Amino acid sequence: MRKLFLSHTTEFVLIGVIVAMSVFLGFATDRFLTLGNAFDLLNISAVNIIFAVGLLVVLIAGGIDISFAVAASVVQYVTALALERIGGGGWVSGLLIAGSAGIFLGAINAFLIHRFRIISIVVTIATFNIYFGLLMFFTKGVSIYNLPDWLTTRVIVYEREMADGSWAEITLPVVVMAICVLATWLFISRTTTGRQLYAFGDNPEGARRFGINIGAMQFIAFGWLGLMAGIAGLMQAHYAQEVVPNALYGRELDVLAAVVLGGARLGGGKGSVLGCVLGVLLVSITQNGLNLMGVSPFAFKMIVGAIILAAITLSSARIEKLVPILAPRKPADGEAAARGESR
Amino acid sequence: MSTATDEGANARPLLSLRGINMTFGGVRALKNVSFEVMPGEVHCLAGENGSGKSTLIKVISGVYTPAAGAEIVFDGESIPHMTPGMAQARGIQIIWQDLALFPEMSVAENIAFQTLSGARPRPVNYATIRSVAEEALARLGVSLDVDRPLKDYAIAQRQIVAIARALVGEARVVFMDEPTASLTQSETDHLLAIVRNLSASGVAVVFVSHRLAEVLEISSRITVLRDGALVGVYPVEGMTQSKITELMTGRTFDQNTRARDVSGSSVVLSASNLSRPGEFSDISFDLHRGETLGITGLLGSGRTELALTLFGMRRPASGTVTLSGRPVRFASNREAIAAGVAYLSEDRLSLGLNQPQSIADNLVMASLNRILSGRLISTEKKRSLVSRWIADLGVKIGRQDDAISTLSGGNQQRVAIAKWLATDPKVLILDSPTVGVDVGARAGIFEIVARLAEAGLSIILISDEVPEVYFNADRVIHMEKGRIAGVYDPRASTLKDLEASVYA
Repeated sequence: MRKLFLSHTTEFVLIGVIVAMSVFLGFATDRFLTLGNAFDLLNISAVNIIFAVGLLVVLIAGGIDISFAVAASVVQYVTALALERIGGGGWVSGLLIAGSAGIFLGAINAFLIHRFRIISIVVTIATFNIYFGLLMFFTKGVSIYNLPDWLTTRVIVYEREMADGSWAEITLPVVVMAICVLATWLFISRTTTGRQLYAFGDNPEGARRFGINIGAMQFIAFGWLGLMAGIAGLMQAHYAQEVVPNALYGRELDVLAAVVLGGARLGGGKGSVLGCVLGVLLVSITQNGLNLMGVSPFAFKMIVGAIILAAITLSSARIEKLVPILAPRKPADGEAAARGESR
Repeated sequence: MSTATDEGANARPLLSLRGINMTFGGVRALKNVSFEVMPGEVHCLAGENGSGKSTLIKVISGVYTPAAGAEIVFDGESIPHMTPGMAQARGIQIIWQDLALFPEMSVAENIAFQTLSGARPRPVNYATIRSVAEEALARLGVSLDVDRPLKDYAIAQRQIVAIARALVGEARVVFMDEPTASLTQSETDHLLAIVRNLSASGVAVVFVSHRLAEVLEISSRITVLRDGALVGVYPVEGMTQSKITELMTGRTFDQNTRARDVSGSSVVLSASNLSRPGEFSDISFDLHRGETLGITGLLGSGRTELALTLFGMRRPASGTVTLSGRPVRFASNREAIAAGVAYLSEDRLSLGLNQPQSIADNLVMASLNRILSGRLISTEKKRSLVSRWIADLGVKIGRQDDAISTLSGGNQQRVAIAKWLATDPKVLILDSPTVGVDVGARAGIFEIVARLAEAGLSIILISDEVPEVYFNADRVIHMEKGRIAGVYDPRASTLKDLEASVYA
């Protein structure tokens, strides 16, 4: 148990914070601890969690991406136009188009990063501007409202009538989110390619000396994020029942903060799917709680920022300093300790 | 893989390279090098930094592709285009100098990483990985918790992990690039025993080490490289350390102690009863004008902590420091520099010099106030200051604006020394000034030290290499566990005496 805690400190801290907040909000509001609210939280968080697990893969591989949210907006437009062209389509063709468009936009990032050896933050800030600029230029800022019926009809996967007569519902995006989360987890922790991504992010030169194809790693990481961004874009259009060009603008930083909050390391080699999901949920719960407590929405950003800062400080502080009983036995003997001291 | 014919299998080399040329940006890193390893032998690859050893290993492992005309034959099979995957499949294993491990991943994954490599995606079987790792560690007679991330372990254990990784699969030849650089004596002995075991079981080992005593102890043949070219292949019998040094550098070195008697000159710096709990205690000594005072002792003896205290980066808990007769108590190293104390860090790469910055910017970093024109930095004054020191210390550079990282270790160290000399110090503390500096260039550094001392600068020379302080200091203080264990005069005691007490 102690070992499990030490290897998953971030996740345990996040669960602790979420439980503490939930208990507090349960007492402070009468709606927070209801099934309806819990399902709402999932419905609201689904799109961000899909983005987050995609971004997680890029962070693990040692990259960063600023462009994925506006890329998802581009995907929404491309998909809406393509669906119109083929006369409506359905969920299968919609997901195929959105997924491929997302992978294509991700591959552009990977190509620029790998071919010209530009660091990913610079490339994706550039493509962020290019994608968004192209989108605004061609749409002239006009939204699309006449989406196909199958896309705008709410799909309720599970529903239950509550005692007060309201309905608690789980909608399609939650199911899609669960599949994306599971797929990402299988991919990064149960396939050799996933482990190579960790190794590449951890020590690129070490991975190269093992004959790992560095270019392939970039394309796989950014391609996966592109796929997730495409799916998330389609889900967001489904949820909002419209396509608005700047609807996702700014979402990248919220997602990035949540993923880092979940223990992913900027610089690569570290991060877990569970932590990533918990990070997004913590931010959602905070906003949801503030909402239920009647706090002004203008204060949200400020408080969410403070929560992120506090949680990251808590989980990155050496846990054994806060809770000395958890201090790991020193793997090294006294000699190594003495050596470390004189360095 | 082709099989060897019965007769001659012993005489045929396991690995043979011919006509290896390698060029990086106009610099020829390898010039028509050939290299041969016999099955099961321990072969030493010797040469100074930059002589091409690591480049050659990267060619053999398929990381670099040599220029056309190269010939690589492994176990009778000619391999025109070696790749890392092909090298691994044939049992060519490398323990890299920088280990090339993955700190965030578990020990098990690090050791069994070969099972995770390859382009085709496969499911990961953690049980297999764990058992492969435990088996490899068992072969070394070591037990580590393989589920913990590698970053939890100290450098010596990481070295073990790197060795275990090389033993996964059917290793035929293992290259070890500076495997003992960060090991203690007992850990080194253990490693050498492992090398002997490997060799006895038919695995060839190519050993790269700066420590010539180890090389002589373990290997049967030596291949020497100098400036990217092959000097020759020699049997170890009849070799001596000085002969290898001569082959590596192409020069001979005579070693005589430089100690002089300076007790008559005035005292510049005096420490009395300096203590910092847990680091050092009751340290007292006088440093005379023009004296080179050596301080040696094992890692953890408190020598660097003492130096940092004299340099004002730490404050003594008790005791006093007197500089030119006046007691001083520095609040920061800025005050120490202003008072005339300079400290050359032992970690040149990350603390001493700013690697991406230019030679000129590095050199003037500690003396910016001397090149002002009004309130701004004068480019002209900067250039002339830099030119003066470059000429004075004989630094070999291209242009002043080249990044410092383009220079060799020895030349970098000269710039680092110049940086401090430009502050016009009374006392210069040199902490391990020859770390990462070649044998040949070391002599040059000590020429400078001797010249500076002759000109009246007082120098504290810290090193864990006892011969360095013995041959280059006027007096040697031996520190042990934070205390002064003895003071030696190199003219009155032998190197053996000093080494015996340090390594006791």
